Amino acid sequence: MFLQTKGLTKQFGGLVAVNKVDFTVEKGKINAIIGPNGAGKTTFFNLISGFHPPSAGQVIFKGRDITHLPPDQIARLGIARTFQTTHLFEQSTVLDNVIVGHRLRTSSTLWDAIFRTARHQREEKQCRDKALDVLDFVGLTDAADRLVAGLTQEAKKRAAFALALATDPEVVFLDEPAAGVNPDETDGLAELIRKMVERGVTVCLIEHKMQMIMNLADKIMVLNFGEKIAEGTPHEIMNNEDVIRAYLGGNAIA
Amino acid sequence: MSVLLNRRTVVTGLILFAVLFPFVTRNDYVIHIMTLSFIWMIGVYGLNLLAGYTGYLSLAHAGFFAVGAYSLGLLTVEAGVNFWLALILACLFTGILGFLIGMIALRTREHFFAIYTLCVGYIIYLVIYKWDGLTGGVRGLIGIPAPSNIGPISFTSSISQYFLVLFFLLLTIFFIYRIVHSLTGRTFMAIRNSEDLALTLGISTMKNKLVSFVLSTIFAGLAGALYAGFVRFIGPDIGYITITFDLLIYLLIGGIGTMSGPIVGTLLIVWLSQYLQFLQDYRMLVFGPLLAFLIIFYPWGIVGIFQQWKQKRQARKARSIHQEENRKDEVELDAGVSADQEQVREG
Ligand SMILES: Nc1ncnc2c1ncn2[C@@H]1O[C@H](COP(=O)(O)OP(=O)(O)OP(=O)(O)O)[C@@H](O)[C@H]1O
Ligand SMILES: [Mg+2]
Repeated sequence: MFLQTKGLTKQFGGLVAVNKVDFTVEKGKINAIIGPNGAGKTTFFNLISGFHPPSAGQVIFKGRDITHLPPDQIARLGIARTFQTTHLFEQSTVLDNVIVGHRLRTSSTLWDAIFRTARHQREEKQCRDKALDVLDFVGLTDAADRLVAGLTQEAKKRAAFALALATDPEVVFLDEPAAGVNPDETDGLAELIRKMVERGVTVCLIEHKMQMIMNLADKIMVLNFGEKIAEGTPHEIMNNEDVIRAYLGGNAIA
Repeated sequence: MSVLLNRRTVVTGLILFAVLFPFVTRNDYVIHIMTLSFIWMIGVYGLNLLAGYTGYLSLAHAGFFAVGAYSLGLLTVEAGVNFWLALILACLFTGILGFLIGMIALRTREHFFAIYTLCVGYIIYLVIYKWDGLTGGVRGLIGIPAPSNIGPISFTSSISQYFLVLFFLLLTIFFIYRIVHSLTGRTFMAIRNSEDLALTLGISTMKNKLVSFVLSTIFAGLAGALYAGFVRFIGPDIGYITITFDLLIYLLIGGIGTMSGPIVGTLLIVWLSQYLQFLQDYRMLVFGPLLAFLIIFYPWGIVGIFQQWKQKRQARKARSIHQEENRKDEVELDAGVSADQEQVREG
């Protein structure tokens, strides 16, 4: 079992945002989570990546219980994520944004910084090389020295992917990677996601764009009001009575 | 490469200027003011590391400045410790206090952090003010010795004090420069940019914030200790909130989160205050609007204005080179080129 949640639950006061969700992320596949607005998808990601402590349930990664680990330690285990809105630093270049992504694989301290030790020189180069490598991978080599502020929404999404990949993850959780991006560019991003899986990175994504998901995903889970209402292949999901009812029952989908 | 050479010449030029300055003016009063502004700069650099590069605006820095000053004062006056040992101990003690306070303060964020540290600064001030038995309370602490001789060098003249403080300022800038331009600096800036993102990148934000906070308090303590050895008399007022705001104004006007902001801001405001002394407290009528104007239109201060201008110039240059190439490649495509020119003019 690669990554698994067991009875994962999160309550905010009286609101149950995620309710007893059992889910497995399959290694080497594209796993997808869909559901209407406010269904608890982002919260589910926050639980796995350690941003919120769950009210109940467990998260198991490669046989290890990571339920109560802090986010930075979870990242070091090889679990990366992107945010629904990219948190990049707009006033800085793409390369400068991405270099720090590999910091977690280095161990230079303040001492190394002040005395410019051999370790610091080596690790600084290592971070830079990694950044250039992942920028090449996502197709942003030419934009490396441009300010993030001047990028298109799609390029920003690519930069956010690059940053996540710079951490050397085994699995990445992408929160609405194609939101705010036009249809042509959406195809490009889908292509990139496939390329990530080919490179050996497992993907789990949240997305509202149905067409994209149905073409891309190997496996889909549907959340509604925090509960898992269906799980299966795109074909199974499309024909699932409960899913159709949830989507037609007033919760329009973009 | 030319940029690097450029920077090197500017830095060398500035250091040369600072070294020659006292011999050129020969005016003790001017040298005194300059030495004081160097001391403030050390404190401002400390504040910049935390507020500018790590994104945590501390309002306790006058408190740490005073802790450094009083540590040095008490150690030399009451305990008879050698000045240099006292200087090291003062920095160390300020750093330890910074560590303990940081452990709690850094659990808050943004304006809660600012308010929390504001309270901490005020409490430090009150402790110094009220603890008569130790600090001398309102009477202050007098008779602090000047830095003791190092071999043949004595630090009694104003010029030698000037050079002593200049040495520590350069050391401070060197440290900060190396930190900012390192993986540690990148880590601090990642926290400033977005703490959540930093966490997902596997950065231990608490540890890094604490390192930045402690360093920043050590620089404040160093500035305080040098102040005590320079002015030779200290009272509780040096820990009062107005000093924190002075440091903050120097930083904001010069340019928060920039390498040269602390120098530019401190020099400008200290000398402007000198020229505007006849206005007394009405000086704030000048500084207030200036500060408001800068924060609204140029949040990275004077250095920010300069950087923006440089960036624009570079972009324009890059674009005109691009345009040249276009012209060579596609002479026949007149329409395309003139559209390009249009854009250049707009930029
Ligand atoms: N930190 C929080 N505190 C309180 N309530 C929260 C918090 N985070 C999310 N919620 C609530 O939990 C529910 C699920 O939110 P969540 O953001 O997980 O939905 P989502 O499926 O990602 O929706 P969307 O498609 O709009 O992004 C919502 O009702 C939301 O208001
Ligand atoms: Mg969401």
